[in-house]
Amino acid sequence: MKPNPDLIGGLEERFAHAVIAYVDEDGYPMSIATEFRVDADRGVVVLQAVAGEAQPRADERVNVVFSHIRPQPGIGYDERRYVSLWGPLRRAEEGLEFTPERQQHWDEQEMTFFEYSERGVPQALRYLERVSAEQGREVRPKLPFGWLFLRTTRLPFLTATFVPVLLGIAVAAWTNGFNWWLALITLIGGACIHLGLNVANDVFDTASGADAANMNPTQFSGGSRVVLYGLLSLRELALLSLGFYAVGIAIGIGLAAARGWDLLWVGVAGALVSVFYTAPPLKLVHRGLGDIAVFLGFGPIMVLGAYFVQAQEYDLEPLLASIPVGILIALVLYVNEVPDRPADAAAGKRTLPVRFSKDVVVNLYAAAVALAFGLIVVFAVAGWIVRPAIIALAAAPLSLPVYRALKEWYDQPYALMPAMAKNIQLHLATGVLLILGYVIAIVADAAMEDPPFFLT
Amino acid sequence: MGVLPQPVEALLETALVSELTVVDPSGRPVTHPLIPLYDGEVIYLTSSILFSKKLEHIKANPKVSLSISDPVAVKIDRFARATIQGDATVDDSDLHSGWERVLPLWRKKEPAIDMFLGKRVALPLFFERGVIEIRPRRAFLWEDGRTDRPPQVFEVARALA
Repeated sequence: MKPNPDLIGGLEERFAHAVIAYVDEDGYPMSIATEFRVDADRGVVVLQAVAGEAQPRADERVNVVFSHIRPQPGIGYDERRYVSLWGPLRRAEEGLEFTPERQQHWDEQEMTFFEYSERGVPQALRYLERVSAEQGREVRPKLPFGWLFLRTTRLPFLTATFVPVLLGIAVAAWTNGFNWWLALITLIGGACIHLGLNVANDVFDTASGADAANMNPTQFSGGSRVVLYGLLSLRELALLSLGFYAVGIAIGIGLAAARGWDLLWVGVAGALVSVFYTAPPLKLVHRGLGDIAVFLGFGPIMVLGAYFVQAQEYDLEPLLASIPVGILIALVLYVNEVPDRPADAAAGKRTLPVRFSKDVVVNLYAAAVALAFGLIVVFAVAGWIVRPAIIALAAAPLSLPVYRALKEWYDQPYALMPAMAKNIQLHLATGVLLILGYVIAIVADAAMEDPPFFLT
Repeated sequence: MGVLPQPVEALLETALVSELTVVDPSGRPVTHPLIPLYDGEVIYLTSSILFSKKLEHIKANPKVSLSISDPVAVKIDRFARATIQGDATVDDSDLHSGWERVLPLWRKKEPAIDMFLGKRVALPLFFERGVIEIRPRRAFLWEDGRTDRPPQVFEVARALA
């Protein structure tokens, strides 16, 4: 890369000394620190002459490096930055005059270490290929099985399944009754479909190039990257996804056989939404319908399915209860799509943050949160869901830091990470409080002959 | 006592950063800031495969130099500057955990490495690392860091043969 005049002009401000590196007569590199000043008008760096026999030859092409860190005692260091320049060095009256012709640089305050590392992935894979050839065996990066499983499946996102399934079970326990074993099997089946979806999403995003184009992955966005990093092959990933789907579908069919074939209405809908979330020909997420798919899948479909397994019928109450949690889980995806939007756009994924301006995205977030909590109030006050469920409003303040972060850090993926975590907590806390509302109603009903209206 | 003069060893043992210069296939010097680790005989540096060009350059041409130049990155009573020339090898026989043998030396300089290592799942390729081992051949020492004055020169290579 040709030297950037601004980069050269800023050297004196950002670095205290330079290091001249050249190759000596024995063929060994030699590197010597020295003082410097920049002559910005002439585009040269004037270096203080070094003494002794070890000297760069006249008109030699050298590497001049400027490096800085700030020690942090007891921890290590931060403020890492360096500029590496190449060009000819000649003797001048003042010392050594260096004319930069090429540059390479990194400043962690301009490019995070995570992004800097991400840009090195192709280099890492090439190196692994060469080492494999040298050693005559396939050399792959490794992670312990548990960590690899967690990373590949994105296991912590299972809260998105646990909340609606447990909510459906809670509503059924209030209206009809409750069976522990059926609840456990429903949870496992829902989790398998969810993990199948997570892994399938990676398969298609890896194949489409969407994940490779994303240089700012976070723990909440940008995919698991296990194939990009060489931890697993695409085939292994696809087989894992199929395995989860197979188990999930088998459990669904078993539950339908045991509890009623009408379960298949939501079961089939859920499987189709899950598969066609990223799979062709529908590729819902590519069309900006991913958020609606997630709303349906992790809202009404899961809540109604879990309810049906317990109650052996469908009802309006679980459907109403599912809408707020469906909205909030769709918002988890929605916010996580914000840092992914350049890569998604490059891969043809027309997600809502790709389609809309920042203002629209932020305002839509606020409106959707208001709708979710507004519906809880209306449904609870009207008695369409149990009234104690109104305690879920206590979770609403968790949305404020997310809203503020979206306004402030919209274009800074790593600064958005705490907000993405908070947004997940918003869904989880709201779901847990809704479930708790049902538990309160069930306990009140069991403990009192005629419980007050606000407890039922 | 190690193979290098005491003032150079003192620098190696405390420096948080050094400049490793390797020679690329076109004969051009290329310099990389890295943490130097020293056990009294060999200088160790580790490099993630994410930034592995230096490893390839060393495999093709083992001649390297390492300078310690930054007074801010060296906690020592009397600052000096040093450059060590030597012959390097790359140990990438076990990229996943082979480098952990130098972890005790690394931990002394960067205690936070244990925290980063705990998050290995987040940066799996960063912790696939080769170890660069430099056997010193010659050392240059500039008292007080003044490179406008001639350095003291120490020949050390044959002591290790």
